[in-house]
Amino acid sequence: MVNSDNLNLLLKVNGTQHTLQIDPRVTLLDALREKIGLTGTKKGCDRGQCGACTVLVDGRRINSCLTLAVMYQETEITTIEELAKGDELHPMQAAFIKHDGFQCGYCTPGQIMSAVGLLAEGCPSDDAEIKECMSGNICRCSAYPGIVAAIQEVRQMQPNL
Amino acid sequence: MNKTIGKPINRVDGRLKVTGEAKYSGEIPLENIAYGVIITSTIARGRIKHINTSVAEKSPGVIGIITHLDAPKLYARPNFGHEGAAGEKLAPLQNSTIYYSGQAIGVAIADTLERATYAASLVKVDYVVETPLTEMGKERDRAYPIEKFVEFTVEFALGDADAEFAKAEVKIEATYTTPTEHHNPMEPHATAAVWEGENLTVYDSTQYIFGMREGLAKMLGIPHANVRVLCKFIGGSFGCKYGLWAHTPLAAIAARQFRRPVKIVLTREQMFGLVGHRSETEQQIKLGATPEGRLTALIHQGISQTSIFDEFVETFTTTSRTMYAVPNLRTAQSVVPLNKGTPTIMRAPGESVGTFALESAMDELAWALKLDPIELRLRNYAEVHPARQVPWSSKSLKECYALAAEKFGWSRRTPEPGSMRDDRYLIGMGMASACFPMEHFPASAIARIFADGSVVVQSGSQEIGTGTATVMAQLTADMLGVPVEKVRFEFGDTELARSPGTVGSGTAASVGTAVHGAAKAVRAKVVALAQKDPNSPLYGVPEPDIETSQERIFVKNNSAKGETYQAVLARHNLEYIDANFDAKPEEEEEFAKCSFGAHFVEVRVDPELGEVRLTRVVGAFAAGRILNEKTARSQISGATIMGIGMALHEETITDPHTGRIVNDNLAEYHLPVNADIPPIDIYFIDEVDTHVNPIGVKGAGEVGITGIIAAIANAIYHATGKRIRDLPITPDKLL
Amino acid sequence: MKPFSYVRATNQNTAIQGVADRQSAKFIAGGTNLIDLMKVEVAQPDRLVDITQLPLSEIEINSDGLRIGALARNSDLAYNPEVRSHYPLLSQAILAGASPQLRNMATVGGNLMQRTRCYYFMDIAAPCNKRDPGAGCAAIEGYNRIHAIFGASDKCIATHPSDMCVGLAALDAKVRVAGSNGDRIIPIADFHRLPGDIPERDTVLEQDELIVAIDLPNSPFAKNYHYLKVRDRASYAFALVSVAAALEIENGTIKAARIALGGVAHKPWRAFVAEDILVGAKPTEETFAAAATATIREAKPYRHNQFKVEMAKRAIVRALINATEKS
Repeated sequence: MVNSDNLNLLLKVNGTQHTLQIDPRVTLLDALREKIGLTGTKKGCDRGQCGACTVLVDGRRINSCLTLAVMYQETEITTIEELAKGDELHPMQAAFIKHDGFQCGYCTPGQIMSAVGLLAEGCPSDDAEIKECMSGNICRCSAYPGIVAAIQEVRQMQPNL
Repeated sequence: MNKTIGKPINRVDGRLKVTGEAKYSGEIPLENIAYGVIITSTIARGRIKHINTSVAEKSPGVIGIITHLDAPKLYARPNFGHEGAAGEKLAPLQNSTIYYSGQAIGVAIADTLERATYAASLVKVDYVVETPLTEMGKERDRAYPIEKFVEFTVEFALGDADAEFAKAEVKIEATYTTPTEHHNPMEPHATAAVWEGENLTVYDSTQYIFGMREGLAKMLGIPHANVRVLCKFIGGSFGCKYGLWAHTPLAAIAARQFRRPVKIVLTREQMFGLVGHRSETEQQIKLGATPEGRLTALIHQGISQTSIFDEFVETFTTTSRTMYAVPNLRTAQSVVPLNKGTPTIMRAPGESVGTFALESAMDELAWALKLDPIELRLRNYAEVHPARQVPWSSKSLKECYALAAEKFGWSRRTPEPGSMRDDRYLIGMGMASACFPMEHFPASAIARIFADGSVVVQSGSQEIGTGTATVMAQLTADMLGVPVEKVRFEFGDTELARSPGTVGSGTAASVGTAVHGAAKAVRAKVVALAQKDPNSPLYGVPEPDIETSQERIFVKNNSAKGETYQAVLARHNLEYIDANFDAKPEEEEEFAKCSFGAHFVEVRVDPELGEVRLTRVVGAFAAGRILNEKTARSQISGATIMGIGMALHEETITDPHTGRIVNDNLAEYHLPVNADIPPIDIYFIDEVDTHVNPIGVKGAGEVGITGIIAAIANAIYHATGKRIRDLPITPDKLL
Repeated sequence: MKPFSYVRATNQNTAIQGVADRQSAKFIAGGTNLIDLMKVEVAQPDRLVDITQLPLSEIEINSDGLRIGALARNSDLAYNPEVRSHYPLLSQAILAGASPQLRNMATVGGNLMQRTRCYYFMDIAAPCNKRDPGAGCAAIEGYNRIHAIFGASDKCIATHPSDMCVGLAALDAKVRVAGSNGDRIIPIADFHRLPGDIPERDTVLEQDELIVAIDLPNSPFAKNYHYLKVRDRASYAFALVSVAAALEIENGTIKAARIALGGVAHKPWRAFVAEDILVGAKPTEETFAAAATATIREAKPYRHNQFKVEMAKRAIVRALINATEKS
């Protein structure tokens, strides 16, 4: 058992190990944004009510605002910064641009990570089901139709869906 | 080379936004940053008797706490409509008076966010509590009339509307109510303040960097030349990031006092108190008509809320003075001061909720007359602006009705309410008109061609997600005949050319005209150099014979006879060549200028459970020239969806006893989610409007929210026979 | 957020010891509710015992039914093939709640421990007997649209927000609990409490007890079931009223029936009176209406939630119709 005010913590984000000295109150979201400097993951509500903070943990999408960084040692955390490989965008990123699945761009990393998580879960083919599966990500600019179109395009590109 | 204007090209900042590289105001890396957390009042009326910061100050990592007891002097700014306006006429932390719940009463600064947040919670406050005024209906006796709000007419009369209404053969008289709403952009308001000597730089999520500079400087009592405001990306706004609110001056004074950069990011809950809202409204509409459906009288009047210390008017009568040809017209509004914050502009302020009332009433009239709702609107089509009696710069509303009706399949609608069913569900079809006045503000821009052929165009505007950066690059690229990728639009910095706030759907028209002018001017400069240069293939060629394309200037129909920009600049040993342009709106008002549209909606109502689902939306819009079909469509579609939220979901609820907002979060304040949204088909009517501005733009940011709300209410009436005049139309109202 | 110490438990006993000796210590797993409450200072633990490393996330079918480890994630439970085929009502209920991200985080045990969404409970500036016993209830005279119509008290009119628990209530789940003084099994109907005079207690769980599993008995309700949720938007919203309905129909007669309601009481509200009417009757709309009418007879609404009475009645009928039509 460990009991300490400031904890030493090893966080593996996008394949890189980060050693942090951290107040246990720091959420996974704030660790990414304020401690590691990965500001691609956004804080919209900080209460699990908007989805802007969505990241993948061991491939599954979660809200990084509602959980503590100290609980995520020995996991693989993937953020929006990891999706593009150099100049080459992830197909979901490219599809979001093509279908204008965003306006201000603030919810966009969360939308894209959620969409990538959805693909891994086995994306439904029906628009209505995709919308339901993406309803944990609020877009106030309301680019919803473009988001659904982008996901449909990437889904259809995948051979086994 | 193909022109890009009008084409659905991708956003120029798309890559930055989908990769997470775009930096918003709270994300700018700054050395030695400290975190500020605002402390807010838990009562809505009274004063602070005692505020104890001693425990908070001793909390680990705390740098300091500022309250009204020790805050430096700040100078209150007028609210709205003045240069450098604040969101509220209330400088923070200047005395102990509490006017509304959620008012800023202090700020805690610490070395980490967690420590600052905790310190803020440790500040103990004793209040002298007075009974707050919280309910507009109960306080209606305190209402006072408004003649004019800033430059907007409110009180108006044409003919004798009351007498004509009294003797009208067909009458509709109804009251419509709309609740308090909050903008809730996804990015919380953020500001980071950095002092260097007497100079202050703020990275602020603002819709108006120049207004922020002016207002902040005046509030701090320093020259505005000492203040620089930057806003590179802003995560949505919709009006609540226009005025100066408490967090920005608080970050500035904290950074000055503690001699290090201070960042303040509002919490979502604070965004329900510190940064304005759309006021609730209670609107009465009276329509008088002939049995043939010609309007003889229109009266639109009612009340909205303002704060105890400010006057803000939700100008909901505007559309009633604009939409229909009616010879007798009267509008009047009053405001009721309550212990709530000062309302502010929110997407189509006035027009959104006002059009809901007017277009619901028109639907009621159509039903009373047994007339098709489109036909009723056509019979009262305003060929000139009804209140001002001047012609339109352009108006294609008839075409909007026709196109949207056809695409929607309006002819399949059976008029009788409750007559269309799908199994146990009731199907309803409704329509409404949309209208938003065109705004044009002064703006300046600089266009610069570099020796390597790259182009930069600058204007200190903001990109709030509307596609500003993209269309400005397009306007420049087309003028200079270069690909969009060669053009960089630089914005979001008060060091750049002065631009207006991103409000009133006016940025494309205003900044676009400036950018267009600057690009044209720099092109002319290059052409002039070539014409006068014996070494140029264009030597002596008159300007009208010159064309630009493929990054070259050349003789029309003889593209071989010409040269590149680089060649001209190189021969003259120029690193770059540039030109600026100051665009001003025309002063004379010989035309009325509005964007118009029509929304058609199909709903599916569960008659037993009261749940409403939209099944499809079709809209047709005429907004002058569309600069980019993709981003314009997104704006209209996004506004439509915000209107869906207003129609069905959104309502800020205040506890009547305490004046505290009870649903100050996104779990209980229901923004539309993906599952709420049906297919939305938006069409544009091509319009060539030579009167509005040189680029023919009328604006598309807000018109899309105006018609949809009534269209939904009208469709619900058609489905159920229930006329809901009180927003939002939640399931309980349909049981 | 108040500072706290963080402890990662490596086994069940140390986990229990970690919270047993102080009221202000709490278990944390998914965190989706607790961290939220800590951010608004409604929960102020000074020690968090992280139980996510305990081996309690298995979902296993056995001869008695299904055992669900307390740490199974909501999404894993909802998409579990055994659950989908034998307890589809539970799957449907879970998927009606929250969002995919939250369901990927939230555990089954945590869902049982979810606290109310009452506005006044969530606002530490408001009086609330649940948060601060004896302080009073701001909801009774305040804005109470989302509040209880069944089983409330003059101390508290809050509702339980879970969808999953409504499904569990209909399926007669049992909660397996380990504590300092040994293990016990609590029927779901007894697990959550009505507010009565001690609204601060949501459940019968003691401070030193840890939920280790949920047991579901073998169920005859895999064929005729429906989870109906009425809410203010199409997804990602708490229920105004929800109904878990399950029927066993044999030769055109209802052999067994389960009705549980969400969004209407301090706990998942089992409508036993409705079930009694249904059993032995034909599955007709008239029977369903009689069952629904009997259920709402005990309803006591407040100023802003009167609509829930009629809505609950109609929702029961609809859920039963849908359940009947499913086969």
